[in-house]
Amino acid sequence: MASDQVKLIGAWASPFVMRPRIALNLKSVPYEFLQETFGSKSELLLKSNPVHKKIPVLLHADKPVCESNIIVEYIDETWSSSGPSILPSHPYDRAMARFWAAYIDEKWFVSLRSIQTAEGEEEKKAVLAQVDEGTAILEKAFIDCSKGKPFFNGDHIGYLDIAFGCFLGWLRVTELAAGHKLLDETKTPSLSKWADRFCDDPAVKPVMPDTAKLAEFAQKIFAKPQP
Amino acid sequence: MADEVILLNYWPSMFGTRTMIALAEKNIKFDYREQDLFNKSSILLEMNPVHKKIPVLIHNGKPICESLIQVEYIDEAWPGKNPLLPSDPYQRAQAKFWGDFVDKKVYGPTRLIWGPKGEEQEAGAKEFIEMLKTLESELGDKVYFGGETFGYVDIALIGFYSWFDVLEKFGNFSIELECPKLIAWAKRCVKRESVAKSLPVSEEITKFVPELRKKIGIE
Repeated sequence: MASDQVKLIGAWASPFVMRPRIALNLKSVPYEFLQETFGSKSELLLKSNPVHKKIPVLLHADKPVCESNIIVEYIDETWSSSGPSILPSHPYDRAMARFWAAYIDEKWFVSLRSIQTAEGEEEKKAVLAQVDEGTAILEKAFIDCSKGKPFFNGDHIGYLDIAFGCFLGWLRVTELAAGHKLLDETKTPSLSKWADRFCDDPAVKPVMPDTAKLAEFAQKIFAKPQP
Repeated sequence: MADEVILLNYWPSMFGTRTMIALAEKNIKFDYREQDLFNKSSILLEMNPVHKKIPVLIHNGKPICESLIQVEYIDEAWPGKNPLLPSDPYQRAQAKFWGDFVDKKVYGPTRLIWGPKGEEQEAGAKEFIEMLKTLESELGDKVYFGGETFGYVDIALIGFYSWFDVLEKFGNFSIELECPKLIAWAKRCVKRESVAKSLPVSEEITKFVPELRKKIGIE
């Protein structure tokens, strides 16, 4: 039942965890946030997601739902009468939203993440170029999906806004560390403006991590061992 | 106005099989267009510019890419007959989780098994069997993954069945020995008309893989 207790196992810095948090906020669903300690996995997490042992995990009346985008769809369907629709209503638009969300996770984010592990200037440059290429593709996707409206989903933020927007904190940290803008007014004018609107959304603001705090965290987890 | 449905596919693909089964479940007539992946057609490149991969479903001129997204699209665009996903949100989430599991965990190891020899092949075989066992455990004693009704997870996995013989040959294992319940499930699925007419013939796949290996320079 929609009124049953909701818990979310996650961590403040994880963009994937942000996704269901934004969705729950959009639907005004109160939940208990169970923060995992970095570097270890709780018994509850291992029990609730034995297959992947990853966060986020949504527990609704103690029944687990795993995989961030799947959780977002679950939230949209379970609390369908509350708040705006997270997924578009037309089957084709839904297929497009899912397609781009999959692209973001499987291609775009993978290249963004590999900037951290790139060795030397040559490799770093090559990976940055790859991310730029992906972001240009997403700029076009935004124009196609938004159809002149402020968000991928139209008038309100939705599934694809959440799927991409959750990475904005890490994107900014990467820009600072690499000294290279990934979103800007000349290269990606539409996405630049969208990013500001997304971060200002009341469902997003409380869960978007502070860039400085995230940068400090990134330094800690990506710290290379001293020779 | 009649719907125009086109499927761009490559016959051995366990992914294209999914879309074909979904279309057959809904009794949707479609124009099947075989693709040469070594010489990609202009329609393929135009309809899937991002990934340049099959299958591509084209519905009234608009492309939908990624097989599980296509299966869900087919279920939503042609609701009513033979629902492919459960209506309960929790059951739907479980179905999508397992479909995603097949994509993330089952496909990768199969590439290692028929790929270049050596350590990778053995590791691939071990991983593949482990993943199948996880799926078998999820199936339990149910008729299909979703219970009594054939659906999304069955569709996600059954395309691999045509590849079992060749994988066993290269991987040097017996899936029937390791996962008997899964084999029993597969045999039940194959009795279904939509599956029988969409699944590539196992013997053809077994002949095809050595040819493919030669073509991509492994052999």
